[in-house]
Amino acid sequence: MSGPSTYEPKYAAAKWMDQRLPIIRMGADFMTFPSPRNLNYWYTFGGILALCLVVQILSGVILAMHYVADVDKAFASVQRIRRDVPFGWLLQSMHAVGASMFFLAVYMHMFRGLYYGSYKAPREVIWILGCAIYLVMMATAFLGYTLPWGQMSFWGATVITGFFSAVPIVGESLQQWLLGGYAVDNATLQRFFALHYLLPFVIAALVGLHVWALHHVGQNNPIGISEKTESDTLSFHPFYTVKDAFAIAVFLVIFAVFLFYLPDALGHADNYIEADAMKTPPHIVPEWYFLPFYAILRAVPDKLAGILLMLGAIIVLFILPWLDTHKVRSMRFRPVARWFFLIFIVFCFILGWCGAGVPDDVAIKLGSKMVDGVKVDSGITFYRLGQVATIYYFAYFLIILPVLGLVEKPIKRPDSITKAVLGDGKRGAALAPAE
Amino acid sequence: MSDSSATHATAELEDGSKRDFIFLATGATAAAGAAAIGWPLVAQMGKAADTLAAGSIEIDLSKVAQGQQLKMLWRGKPIFVRHRTPAEIAEAESVNVADIPDPQADEERLVADINGNLRPEFLVMVGVCTHFGCVPVGEAGDFDGWYCPCHGSHYDTSGRIRKGPAPTNMAIPPYSFVSENVIKVG
Repeated sequence: MSGPSTYEPKYAAAKWMDQRLPIIRMGADFMTFPSPRNLNYWYTFGGILALCLVVQILSGVILAMHYVADVDKAFASVQRIRRDVPFGWLLQSMHAVGASMFFLAVYMHMFRGLYYGSYKAPREVIWILGCAIYLVMMATAFLGYTLPWGQMSFWGATVITGFFSAVPIVGESLQQWLLGGYAVDNATLQRFFALHYLLPFVIAALVGLHVWALHHVGQNNPIGISEKTESDTLSFHPFYTVKDAFAIAVFLVIFAVFLFYLPDALGHADNYIEADAMKTPPHIVPEWYFLPFYAILRAVPDKLAGILLMLGAIIVLFILPWLDTHKVRSMRFRPVARWFFLIFIVFCFILGWCGAGVPDDVAIKLGSKMVDGVKVDSGITFYRLGQVATIYYFAYFLIILPVLGLVEKPIKRPDSITKAVLGDGKRGAALAPAE
Repeated sequence: MSDSSATHATAELEDGSKRDFIFLATGATAAAGAAAIGWPLVAQMGKAADTLAAGSIEIDLSKVAQGQQLKMLWRGKPIFVRHRTPAEIAEAESVNVADIPDPQADEERLVADINGNLRPEFLVMVGVCTHFGCVPVGEAGDFDGWYCPCHGSHYDTSGRIRKGPAPTNMAIPPYSFVSENVIKVG
C-alpha cells in the first residue's frame, strides 16, 4: 500500500539533502503511511515491541559497563549493580522485568496475527520474519538468563545445552564445542555474554526487514479485507501515533507495577543462590515465557523425541501460511475456526501451567487413593495433561486449520473497510482525514 | 576494416576452456582461503589447552565409609564415589539385565584394582543425569539408587537407568587404581 511519495521539501537545506540522501523523505513517508482506518488496540503491540527492544538495548548496554563475565565474579557483580551502582537497582530490574514484558507483548502480537490471519498472502514473509525475530528473542533471553550465574542460570544453561547432546553420533562433541569445555564453565559464560550482546542487534536488523515488508504490502486489519480506496485508510500520524502512544502509556503502567513493586515476581528465588556445579536445585523451571515449550519437551519420555517435538512446535509457526489455506483472513468471519482458536489459547495457558508443575504431581484432582497406607490425591497428572495439550497444539496447526481451509463456510463480510466502520450511510466522505 | 580485425582478435582470444580454467582455479583458491580462515573461527570455540590439561584427579577410597557417598568435581562435573552396602550390591546384581533400558551387568560397571580383583563395594560414576545433565540425588527414587529432580529419571544402586526420560546409564569415567585404595580419574 506504499503509494507514491507525497513529501515536498519546504526549505532549501531539506531540498539539498533530499537530492543527495532522501532520508527526510523516508521518515516523512513513514509517518504518513496510509493505514487501514479500522485498526483496533490489538494492533498497537508492534509499536510497544519496538519500545521494548529500545529499553532492553539501552538498559543492557549500561549493565554491560558494570557486569563482569567471570565465574568467580559474575554473581557478585550483579549484586554490586543492585546495591552499589547508582540507580543500578533500577536498571537491572528494568532489564530483567523488561525481558518478561517483551515476551508478554510478543505473545499478544502473535495471537493477534493468528486471529486476524495476518500470516496469509501477501504477508507470509512478514510472518516468517516475525517468527525469526521470536526465535532470536528466545536465544537472547536464554543467554541473558545465564549471566547472573545463579543456580537457575547455571542449571538452565546445563539443561538447554544438553539438548545438543541428543543429536545422534556427534551430540557430545557438538555440546562440548558450544560450551568450550566438558561442562558449563567460564568459557561458556564468556561466550554467552558476547552473544547476548550481539543478538539484539540481529533482532533490530530483522525488525527492519519486518517493517519494510509490512510497508511494502500494507497492514492487515481486523476484518482482513484489503484497502481499496483512500477512504479505507488513515495517515499513520497523527491517527495511529496517538493510538500507539496511549497503548504504550497503559503498557508502561503495567511495566512500572512490576518494576517498582514486584521486581522478583517473574523470576525464581533459586537464582539468588550462586551457581553450584555439585548441586542441582530440587525443581528446575525456565522463565514463564518458556514454560509451554518446556511442557512440550517433557510430554514424551524420550530425550530426542522431546527435543524434536519442541523444535516442531516452533517450526509449525514458520509454515503456518501454507497450513491454513482458508481464503478468509479474519476469524471474525470464520464461525468454526474462531472457537478452535479460543481453545488453542486455553491450551497454550494449560501448557504453561504444566511446564511449571512437577510431571508426576496431580494437576486435576479426581479423587484419592491409598498408597503405602497414606491417602494421596489421584487424578490427571501434569504429565498426562501436558500430553493432551501438546496433542491439541499440534492438531490445531496440522489438522484443524488445513481441514477447515477446505470445509469451513465463512459468514458474510462487509464490502470494504469504510463500510465496516461507517455502515452503509453516506458519512464516510465527511469523516475522511481533513488534509 | 579496423573494426572487423578487432572483432577477429577478440574472438581468437576467447578460448572457452582457458577461461573456464581460470574461473575454476580462482574459485577453488577463494574457497580454500575461506575455509582456511573459517576453520579457526569455528575451532576457537572448542576446549582450550588449559581446560584439557586440568583433566585428572586422584581419590582415596579408604576415606569413604560404607553407606557414604563422596562427590568430587572432575572436568566441571561431579564424580560420585559410592561405598555400597551389601544389600545395595545384592540388589544391583539381582537385576535381570535383559529387562532394563540400557542393558549392563553390575560387574561391567566396575574396574579391577591393582591385584586384578573387582571391588563391588565401590561404585565410581559421573554423577550427571544422561537426560539433560542435572545432578541426581542419592538414596532416592523407586530403585533405591539415584533420582534426578529435573525430569524424574530413576537410577538403581548400580547407577543404571530404570525409569524416566534418560536414555542411558550414568557414565563410568575412565579411571584406574594407582595403589591399594587410590584411584586416578581421567
